[in-house]
Amino acid sequence: MLWPALARSEALNIDIIYVQQSSNDSAQPLLLKKTPVNVTLAGAELAIKDSNTTGRFLQHHYKLSGIVADNEQQLVSELTARLNGQPAILLTDVSATTLKVVADLALSNGSVIINAGNADNSLRLSQCRGGLLHTLASRAMLTDALAQFFMARRWREWFLISGESAEDKAFAASVERSAKRFGAKIVERKEWSFDTDLRRSAQREVPLFTQGDDYDVVLVADESDLFGNYVPNNTWLPRPVAGTHGLTPKTWHWVLEQWGATQLQNRFYEQFGREMLDKDYAAWLAVRSISEAVTRTASNNPKVLYNYLISSNFELAAFKGRKLSFRPWNGQLRQPIPLVHPQGLTSLSPQEGYLHPSTDLDTLGFDKPEARCDMAYE
Amino acid sequence: MRVWVLLAGLLTALASHAEVAYVSNEKSDTLTLIDMDSLKVIDTIDVGMRPRGIIFSHDYKYLYICASESDAVQVMDLATHQIIHNLPSGEDPEQFALHPNNRHLYIANEDSAVVTVVDTVDRSVIAQIDVGIEPEGMAVSPDGKWVINTSETTNMLHWIDTQTHELVDNTLVDQRPRHVEFSKSGDKVWASAEIGGTVDIIDTVSRQLLKKISFKIPGVHRDKIQPVGIKLTDDGKYAFVALGPANHVAVIDANTYEVLDYLLVGRRVWQLAFAKEQSLLLTTNGVSGDVSVIDVDDLKVIKTVKVGRYPWGVVVKP
Repeated sequence: MLWPALARSEALNIDIIYVQQSSNDSAQPLLLKKTPVNVTLAGAELAIKDSNTTGRFLQHHYKLSGIVADNEQQLVSELTARLNGQPAILLTDVSATTLKVVADLALSNGSVIINAGNADNSLRLSQCRGGLLHTLASRAMLTDALAQFFMARRWREWFLISGESAEDKAFAASVERSAKRFGAKIVERKEWSFDTDLRRSAQREVPLFTQGDDYDVVLVADESDLFGNYVPNNTWLPRPVAGTHGLTPKTWHWVLEQWGATQLQNRFYEQFGREMLDKDYAAWLAVRSISEAVTRTASNNPKVLYNYLISSNFELAAFKGRKLSFRPWNGQLRQPIPLVHPQGLTSLSPQEGYLHPSTDLDTLGFDKPEARCDMAYE
Repeated sequence: MRVWVLLAGLLTALASHAEVAYVSNEKSDTLTLIDMDSLKVIDTIDVGMRPRGIIFSHDYKYLYICASESDAVQVMDLATHQIIHNLPSGEDPEQFALHPNNRHLYIANEDSAVVTVVDTVDRSVIAQIDVGIEPEGMAVSPDGKWVINTSETTNMLHWIDTQTHELVDNTLVDQRPRHVEFSKSGDKVWASAEIGGTVDIIDTVSRQLLKKISFKIPGVHRDKIQPVGIKLTDDGKYAFVALGPANHVAVIDANTYEVLDYLLVGRRVWQLAFAKEQSLLLTTNGVSGDVSVIDVDDLKVIKTVKVGRYPWGVVVKP
């Protein structure tokens, strides 16, 4: 028998349904900056390839199929038809409201969902539920990562500028939560509501807008990418800029090269000809988590996989220097958060000295007493 | 004192040659040579880019060097310390193992998920074997029958039959397996899982797990305990495991698998090598850029030797 390993394991097909709500964002802040069309999906595709290399030795075959639509109704109707009442493994990059609808639909029939595209805090705080996991860092993890770094540098007084969109306000609210949690003070808070074209007037507008008594750092909450690029190096006082622009907390960034990350970055770049973005990485994590659970449980049953993933037996090596695992109280993957600027890595949180009874990774984002969810899924 | 010095001089002269440790410095693209009598650096030699795995030919005529970023295995003549040629290594060679026949080199190509088998005499590629993602650790069994490769992202040991060059079996281990080492008799395999934080001992015949060892160092978070290099003493007494960013080397009773002690060494300890008939153990400490010298009888660190940037591999020429 040439392949004794195969005799021990049974062939399995693992089909993952990729659900994406394409953005119909009308705001075009920088005409030349384009989001790659295959963001998120590319990371999932790479992980399918990686998992099939492993699966080949075990007769496990991974396949990805997609449902992509911009409108929620269409997405849900296509998904309903695809599921046909059967449990499935879903990987999603959709809005928070759509994710709730998808969860209602899919979790009622024993599916598992991994969210790789939405950083919404409520999904980890009150809307978490059994069967739903998150590999993209929440906004709370991102802003906590930044806050720890500021406190380590003793930059305690923050000037917060928020845009007007719901996402901008969500990021700003998360910054406020982090400030409170780590003992920083928001000395000034302003909303950016200018509708001028900043490409022509940034040098005039931004310094005036950031006039204030004193502050250690300017925090920008501009997920819509409308004004944040014009703030760094342009503030009234010579201060660092961070948040969605300037020094930015990320689930992943192309500048990471430690802990073998170069291997992953190279594989991604070779296959797709571009840098790996944080949603690509989150999707890679999602598929790799599934694959790791399949390898260890020899099952493709979504509930079996979920219960293994949420257990303390699950651990994943993911090029961040330590093992990653899911928080059993809200399904969030705990992970270190790099703080980057466009061309380099500045720091990695959690910062030294932030301690936690079980793991310092749980100093980022929502801890057990905060989450209000029943994660059981039998 | 004078007599002692004279005597020491005489002894040195009488010895055919002193033992020399060769250390590959990943980020300075050099080898550092350490005299094992004086424990002093005696030479630094430029080699290819990002040298990592290094091994001697069994007759100590050559040193093989994985120059990862030069995509080459370089062959250094140990008499002259000149690189005499490159072997066709495949992309990004990181670690390798030499068959007891002193001829076939098994090279892990990290970027391309293959193991390349090279004939060092003909300088030709004999076979390429598909393995898991990011192949890393390599070992050949003492009887030459098996080659084991570890793949870091697939989390397996791949068993390759050296007669047929076929992958015959896979053993699943914990996250990110980095290094494998056969026991002297070849009956067992020790494999480290860097991110899993464990060392597995596997029976060579059944290829089944015999024992999983975990580590616990007071004051060091368990996630920072990341086992990499392993060395076993020939007398079967000890196993030593380098614990990466935990900055310690674990001392394990090789019979009971009990962890006996943790020795504090330099920062991010990576690979290990014995010297002086296994009375000394050398460790490469990547972040602190030095080599710690451990007295194996006393289980104490006796000296630290500064080498190049990010020392990775170490081998000792008797």
